[in-house]
Order: sequence, then structure tokens, then C-alpha cells
Amino acid sequence: MSKLNLRNVVKRFGDRTVCDGIDLTVDEGQMVCLIGASGAGKSTVLRCINLLEPIEDGEILLDGVDISVPGLDPQSVRARIGIVFQSFNLFPHMTALDNVMLAPRRVRGRTRAELLPQIEEMFERFGLADRMLNYPDQLSGGQQQRVAIVRALAMQPEVMLFDEITSALDPQLVGEVLDVLLMLKQQGMTMVMATHEMGFARQAADKVCFLQNGRIVEEGPPEQLFDHPRQDATRQFLARALK
Amino acid sequence: MTRNRTAGPTRRELFETQQRWRSIRIAATSTVLVVVALIVLVPLAPGWAKVQQSFFNGEVLVKTFPKLLEAFKINVMIFAWSAPAIAVLGLLIALARDTKSPALFPLRIFGAAFTDIFRGVPVILTVYLIGFGIPGLGLTRPWNSPYIWGSLALILTYSAYVAEIFRSGIDSVHHSQRAAALSLGLTEGQVMRDVVLPQAVRNVVPSQMNMLIALQKDVSLLSFIGPVEIFRQAGVFKSLLANFTPYVGAAIIFLIVTIPATRYADHLMAKQMRERR
Amino acid sequence: MSKMLSIAAATLAFTATSALADGHCAAGKTLTEGKFTVATGNPAYYPWVMDDAPESGQGFEAAVAYAVAEEMGFAADDVVWVRSSFDEAIQPGAKNFDVNIQQYSITPERDQVVDFSAPYYTAPMAVLVSANAVDTPPTLEALKGLQWGAVGSTTAVPKLANVIQPDAEPLLYGDNADVNAAMTANQIDAALFDLPTALFLSAVMIEGSKVIGQFPADQGDNPDQFGMLMEEGNPLKSCVDAAIAALTESGKLAEIEAKWLQDTTGVPLIK
Repeated sequence: MSKLNLRNVVKRFGDRTVCDGIDLTVDEGQMVCLIGASGAGKSTVLRCINLLEPIEDGEILLDGVDISVPGLDPQSVRARIGIVFQSFNLFPHMTALDNVMLAPRRVRGRTRAELLPQIEEMFERFGLADRMLNYPDQLSGGQQQRVAIVRALAMQPEVMLFDEITSALDPQLVGEVLDVLLMLKQQGMTMVMATHEMGFARQAADKVCFLQNGRIVEEGPPEQLFDHPRQDATRQFLARALK
Repeated sequence: MTRNRTAGPTRRELFETQQRWRSIRIAATSTVLVVVALIVLVPLAPGWAKVQQSFFNGEVLVKTFPKLLEAFKINVMIFAWSAPAIAVLGLLIALARDTKSPALFPLRIFGAAFTDIFRGVPVILTVYLIGFGIPGLGLTRPWNSPYIWGSLALILTYSAYVAEIFRSGIDSVHHSQRAAALSLGLTEGQVMRDVVLPQAVRNVVPSQMNMLIALQKDVSLLSFIGPVEIFRQAGVFKSLLANFTPYVGAAIIFLIVTIPATRYADHLMAKQMRERR
Repeated sequence: MSKMLSIAAATLAFTATSALADGHCAAGKTLTEGKFTVATGNPAYYPWVMDDAPESGQGFEAAVAYAVAEEMGFAADDVVWVRSSFDEAIQPGAKNFDVNIQQYSITPERDQVVDFSAPYYTAPMAVLVSANAVDTPPTLEALKGLQWGAVGSTTAVPKLANVIQPDAEPLLYGDNADVNAAMTANQIDAALFDLPTALFLSAVMIEGSKVIGQFPADQGDNPDQFGMLMEEGNPLKSCVDAAIAALTESGKLAEIEAKWLQDTTGVPLIK
């Protein structure tokens, strides 16, 4: 059974259809990359999976259970699925450490003392050991984004979603964030990421999906999709993106 | 070849220094001119002797100032217990107005009505109606004290304004902050308490400072229902001595308090503007 | 002959109603030549002015104003009424009235800023108590224990502080109506007014209240004497004073007082 399953997901904003029947399967430990032009619906797919956006039609299954049932308590689902945003969205009034500790304390009822060793270890692993007590505005973009990843991981999610997490970064900072993702892949994390980093997608993804106008036009292993795309639309997009 | 920084000021620095001194000279000259004009010209006005006698009478000022200061303690006292109550009630009203749960719909209606009513009625009317009206229902002393009900009138009125400021603060927190907090599994209530409110409150501190300054002045409205605070005390002196100088004395005492507070509020506001840019 | 007489009479009548005879005291000294502009409170209260209509001449101060005007040679039609507040009256600068009559107590401090006529009434201060305190005996000792109120701009305030010296700080108000409201709300037990005002309030305004005592008018440092207020240095003052002196002399003033302020007798003196 696959870890995450989207079946014919439809999402509209007013009369604009953003997801027009998305079908997507993500297996345990797989990394799936969503590529496509801005506005193709990549971010919306991720936000729907995290239940930040209610869907109009279709279903989203986590471990075979429909989590898109209207009226379902979204907190328990969100605690199992982490998401990291393009704009970091760290809480500016808290230190990096407090940003990370907030959800485990409130949602899981853990104490600071219980959490500290494990979170210290995560900061260390992600090269942030000396940044724990800094406020977000004292950190570089790359550091902020790594703290945001740690914050999501601290809830020990089963699936991680990444929404163009390197788009707002200076080019020289992109590498340090992508390295973190490779590390997570090695640990067997199930991940879905929307990205414009074609090089990274080719190198790290197990599966790449090309989205256009709210549909998945083509999907497959990176070698196939990048080197032998079957659809014209995919070819045109790649020609522009890889120029 | 690079310039050696220690060799002396650059051309631009020299120019800017020169410009700065020039501005200071112009400002000083014009200030002196205005002050001299005021000092020389105003006393030349035909009614000046009478105005001075009635409004700027040193003898009267010296005689009344200590008692005015004494009466000002009443203002400080009323302010001291009203301000925290206003902060708490204002926040509760703001939260009530933003509540989304259908069960709390009456609360939302109440919050909206509350702010509409108390922002719409002049403070002095509220002070009169509550200060005389509620005790008139038959409360016994000390529960019918004008201090209690007058303060309540201030608290209700100011809470309505403060609530609106808190709401604007809540709105000013970017929705992505809410999304980020929700995505971690926090409940709506936790998101509000831990993420939105702390930022909202910090954003509106300068505006709320201005409310405090306004409150400080409006405490005097309680004089209409009995308490002999500084405004009433000045009025008593005015009537006894047939002289308005005590009002000038009261104004001086108010300014001693409000000018530093106003400057501080402006400083906070300017600081916030810089940080946002 | 009879024709001559009627012409003379007509001429006399004409002279009396149109303008003041040359050499009359008030000639050239009033705001508007031939008119006597009198200010009173807004509103003006019983028994000083009845129904807030001073033009009727009804009420003590309205009657006094017309008597003074007549004495000075003005016809009733030449009396013009305006309204003013206390503040307006003592502000420096020009006034919009010749005299202002609204129970102004004459004090030396006020006299430095404005002019007062000779007193037209000596008002005793009286104690008005609420329904809860009607059994208070009229002694200073008993009065000290009450919660006091007064109108902040009146001489009742120093009287309270100097003579009664209450245990609790008095509460002060802007006008009679507010004192009334505070007494109705049971926020004060007693208030100090001039006797006629106190009697009016107890009879008409505050249910269950009672005037339990008066201070002798001549007690202590300053008896409360009411005078007409005028702009400092107003040349009319001597005319007004002469008129009031004449009215006092002739017993006319006492007559007016007896007519409008008769209830003031029979209130016990405070010991």
C-alpha cells in the first residue's frame, strides 16, 4: 500500500480551477518532485494534502485512510504531515529553539526539558548548533529555512511537504538547504516537493511529475522525464527551464 | 589609488557638515525671531494686562499649585486602575469579535454592538449615564460610588477603541503565519494565543500608547459626577478667585505628564516604521 | 386749554418711553443707548426667575431687575435679557450685558476682576439633606458625619471646608441639576446651597429631601451677599448702586423679597 494517495483531487478558487483532477501516488520513503510553471498548481496540491485548503472533489488517502473527509479534525492529520514554505514563515517573536519547540509542547504536551536533547541534536545535525537562541531576523535565509525544516521535523511527521523552499534564497544558500533534503532521503523520509531546481530533481527524485493547468501531464522516473519526455508540453517546458 | 580613511573627512563629509551647520543656524535664528516677537508683541495688545491678570497670575499660581498637584493624585489613581482593566477588556472584546465558532455567535454580536455603542457615544455622556444612572437603581454605599461607576464608563468607552486597535493588530499579522502554525497541528486557539496575538500586540503598542495619553486626559471627565480631581479643583479656585490661572496650572501639570509620554509614543512609532522598511 | 394739556401729556409720554432725559444717570453709559441689557443664567432657576422666563418679571431676581431698571428711568420694554454662564461673565474683555444677575456672591477676589453692585440680597446658606438623612439634627457635630456635595463654582465650597469640615471629602458638581442627580443616586447625603435654592430643590426637584437648617446670614467671615455683576470699571455702577439704595430705603426691595422668598423663614438655625 502506498503512503500517500491522491485520487481525482479538484480544487477551485471561485470559478478558477487550480487542481483539475490530480492523481498521485507516493510510496513509503519515496521522494516525489512536482515541476511546472508558476501557477500550474504545485503549491496548491501540497496545501491540499496538508488540509490547509479544503478540496472540492476527489479524495486524499494517508496510509489508505481518507483524510479529506469534510469535518475531520485537521490537527491530528497535520501533526503527521509536515510542510515547509517558500517564505520560511518562522515566528518572528520567538527564538529558533522556541519556534521548533512550540508544536511538540502544545500538540504533544511535551516539556522543554524532555525535548531539549533531541532538538539540540537536530540543530547540530543541520549545522545550526550556535543559532538556537537567535531570533529569525538574526539568521540568513538559508539558516531560517533550515530552522523551518527542523521545526516541521520536530513533530516527527510521516510525510514531509516542501513548497519551493529554495525559491526565496540567494543562489549561494540553495545548496545548504538541498543538502538537508538529501540527508532526509537517506533516512527514509517520504517527501513531496514542489521545485524549480531541475538539477536537484533529476539527482534526488524517485519520481517527477510535470504539472500544467492543474493537471499532471506526465510523470515518471527523472531519467525518463528529463531525457525522453513523451509529451510536447513537457518538452517545451523543459526547454525553457533548462536553458 | 584608494583614499586613506584617517587622512581626514571626505569632500562629501565636509559638505554635509557645512550644510548641517547652516540648517542649525537658520533654525536657531527663526526660533529666536518667533520667540522675541511673541514676547514683545503680545504684551503690546490692548487687552494683555487683563489677560495676564486673569490667566497668567503668578501669585495665584503659587497659591493654588500645591493643591492642584494634590488633586492630580486622584487622576493618577483613577488612571492606574482603569488602564489595566481597559487592556484586558479591550483584548477580550477584540477576540470576541473575531471568534468563528457558531456557538459563540452571540458573543460576536455582543462585541460588535459594544464597540459600535461605546465608540459612538461621547465619553461625557457615558460618564453621566453610568455614573448617575446605575447608582440610581438603588445601590448602597460604597457600591454606588462615582469613582466605581465613573471609572467603569471610562473603561467601557476606551475598551471599545482599544479593541478595534487590537483587531487591526491581529489583521496586520500575515496570514502565512497562521498557515505555518496550523500546519504544525496547532488548534485555532493555540495559533491565536502563541503566534498571532504576541505579534499583534507588539504591532499596536505605539497606537495603544496614544490611547493611554488620551485616557489620562479624559480621567478629568469624572469631575462631572463628583470626584474633586485636578480639573474640578482648578474650577473651584477659578470661581473663588475669579481667575483662570488655576486652569493654566492644571494644564502645566497635564503637560508635564503627557509630553514625555507623547514623545515616547512617537519614538516607538518611528522605530516601528524603520523596522518595517 | 384741554388741547394744550393733552399735547403736553403726549409729549411727556413720548419722552418717557423713547429715550432717557438728558442728564439722567444712565445716559450714554449702557451698551445700547436707551436700553438696559440684563444677563441671567441659562437656565435661570426658581425662585430667582419663574419658568426660566425673566421677561415676565416673575421671580425674585427678575423682579429686582425690573425694579432697578425702573428706578434708573428705563421702561419695562427697554429691559433686554441675555443669557450667560459664570465663565463668560468673569472673562477679561468686553461684556454683552450691562449687569448680570444670577446669585453672584460678592467676594473680594472676584471684585478685583469685575465690579459688583451694592448687595440686593443677603443669602443664608442652608443644608439640604437626602431622604436617608432627614433625621440628622441641625448641629455642626452631626453634619460632619455626612457625605457632602456642592456646586463647585459657589461659595458653598469654602463654607464646607471652613465651617462644616466634613469627615469625608465632599463631592463637587457643575450645577444644581448634577447635585440633584447625585443626591437621587444616594451618592451624597447633604448639599450646601443658598436658602432659597435649597428650598426650591427640596420642594420641587428631589423627592423626600428636606432643608434641615440654615446658617445665620451674618455668621463668620463673609455673609453671602448677592450683587449684580458688571464689567470692571463700568460707569453704570454708581447708577445701579443708587437705584438699589433707593429701593432698600423705600422698602420696595424688602417687599419683593417677601413676595418671592417668603418660605425662607421657619428653617431652624444650625448650632
